[in-house]
Amino acid sequence: MGNRIEVDMDRCKGCGLCVSACPADIIELGDDINLKGYHFAVLTDAAACKACAFCGVICPDVAITVFRGLKK
Amino acid sequence: MEKLLMKGSEAIAEAAVRAGCKLFFGYPITPQNEIPEYMSKRLFQVGGAFVQAESEVAASNMIYGSAAVGERVMTSSSSPGMALKQEAISYCAGAELPVVIVNIMRGGPGLGGIQPSQSDYWQATKPGHGDFHSLVLAPASIQEAVDLVMDAFDLADQYRNPVLILADGLIGQMMEPVTFRQPTERVFDKSWAVTGCVDRKPNIVNSLFLQPQDLEDHNHKLFRKYAQMEREEVRVEEYLMDDAELAIAAYGTTARIARTAVDAARTEGIKVGLIRPITLFPFPKAAFERYVGQVKVLLDVEMSMGQMIEDVRLAVHDRIPVRFYGRVGGMVPSPGEILDQIRTLAQEVSQ
Amino acid sequence: MSAEEKIVFSYPTGLTTKNTHYCPGCLHGVAHRLVAETIDELGIREKTVGMAPVGCSVLAYEYFGCDMVQASHGRAPAVATGVKRARPDLYVFSYQGDGDLASIGLAEIIHAANRGEKITVIFYNNAIYGMTGGQMAPTTLVGMKTTTTPTGRDPGERGAGNPIRMAELLATLFTPVYITRQSLLTPQDILKAKRAIKRAFQLQNTGFTFVELVGTCPTGWGMTPSESNDWAGEKMVPVFPIGVFRDTEKGI
Repeated sequence: MGNRIEVDMDRCKGCGLCVSACPADIIELGDDINLKGYHFAVLTDAAACKACAFCGVICPDVAITVFRGLKK
Repeated sequence: MEKLLMKGSEAIAEAAVRAGCKLFFGYPITPQNEIPEYMSKRLFQVGGAFVQAESEVAASNMIYGSAAVGERVMTSSSSPGMALKQEAISYCAGAELPVVIVNIMRGGPGLGGIQPSQSDYWQATKPGHGDFHSLVLAPASIQEAVDLVMDAFDLADQYRNPVLILADGLIGQMMEPVTFRQPTERVFDKSWAVTGCVDRKPNIVNSLFLQPQDLEDHNHKLFRKYAQMEREEVRVEEYLMDDAELAIAAYGTTARIARTAVDAARTEGIKVGLIRPITLFPFPKAAFERYVGQVKVLLDVEMSMGQMIEDVRLAVHDRIPVRFYGRVGGMVPSPGEILDQIRTLAQEVSQ
Repeated sequence: MSAEEKIVFSYPTGLTTKNTHYCPGCLHGVAHRLVAETIDELGIREKTVGMAPVGCSVLAYEYFGCDMVQASHGRAPAVATGVKRARPDLYVFSYQGDGDLASIGLAEIIHAANRGEKITVIFYNNAIYGMTGGQMAPTTLVGMKTTTTPTGRDPGERGAGNPIRMAELLATLFTPVYITRQSLLTPQDILKAKRAIKRAFQLQNTGFTFVELVGTCPTGWGMTPSESNDWAGEKMVPVFPIGVFRDTEKGI
């Protein structure tokens, strides 16, 4: 099980700060929109995620939960 | 009970302490300075706290904070200072916070003067932005001021609303013997206070209602309290009114001066009495309406250009003519002046 | 969540679950999270009372999961004084924006600081009045366009003055024990800001503590959120330097 993030789709306001903050550039605003019409953030390549949580830290709506995969 | 000779302002402050008030936030302004001065010594003797705020605006928001956390708190000021506190008083009414405020009135408008006046009647009874009332108590002696201040804390807690003691510079500065009654043992529900959300949902003290329907409902809730005050809290003194054909309408120190004139006029055979509102809100309408048909002329006497007279006229709806006599700017009417007015009216009525 | 992973970043209990009304990219949300996390980590949620100001963060009372008081414009430090003097055992914080604190409430913040009220003030500085639609604030930069400085803030002929640096201003007072300015503009800055906020709360009962946070207002500035962060970094931080201006315990 690797590192990953979970974006609370309906909390996200599509501000994009996580997109620019992610050192691995693996977050984008998706094509789908949430209840309020915002394009919410999606993780594009979990394998490259280092669980550094920069996305969570910068997110003004605390919409991102970050998981670090435990080594077996 | 022990009788103490005290200056009005200090007696008012001591009454608050006896009522369990532990917190006072004030600012210097003549003629109420002795209240903060007294509190700056006394409150620390009872484990309370005193702060001289940077302005009346700040002081009135400090009482908002102490009231929010459920503690008995008071502030005092004088006319211009009261104007600075009006925003916070409206917030206290909107957030349903029990606060006691004392206004030792001075001459106005603007910087005005520092001598006694009653020119803040409108400010007190039409107290600020939004539909709300402060419960307004107007003492005419230092003993009455002491009793009303102690009552004020219970009334504030009961109604969760501002209560204003409206006195003037005479009461603030005079010395009279007073006795202090024991505080009532009444206990008030303070579960709404922001004392820390232990074993409960967080409390919010707030007067913001962005949804208009919520704010309308809130206004009606507040006005149910004011209706209850009008039913249960009216206080008025009717002196020598049983056979009165003339009547003086006056409150506070002016009523006390008018009483001397009434007594003198009675010795001259003039049937005159005095109606003295003690609560200015709720205004004692019935006490005036009762004399329609009996009293031929009402003389409203105030230390202002005539403010309470509007409420007197409203109460009698022109079924009794209401005349006015006032001194203003710090000029205090003498009993003789009022007696002359009574004599003139008596002649007019007898023709 | 399966057994093979653990959470390294998640939603603090100190925040209510209500979605905020803040505009996309507004860093008020970050500031709220830092305060809420601090309250959680210090285990003081049940004995904390927060003051909400008037301004964009007026609705903070719906977001902080502790007892809250909504204060009239500029008066939160005075309300906080009333609360703390009445109940010194409670933790008290005042969360304010730049219009609330540095303009109408300037007297209140200076005197609360000078009295040494044992409260923590969190000051969000985004150089503009957001809630009312983007007017000039005391911290608006020279030349910065707002709806009341349409040709750019002009301290000269138009006499609109210069930005007020609150942290430095309060640091001229002898009484406060902790004064710092931090930034919310990058993840690294935010982690530093978190440590400062935590220190402020920890020092609260030794005296007055103040944390100014450089934030943004994408809507008011007319920029995207990430442009706002970049712009603030280039333009605001030089005028509002990050640093610790008072830390009595450390002799600063």
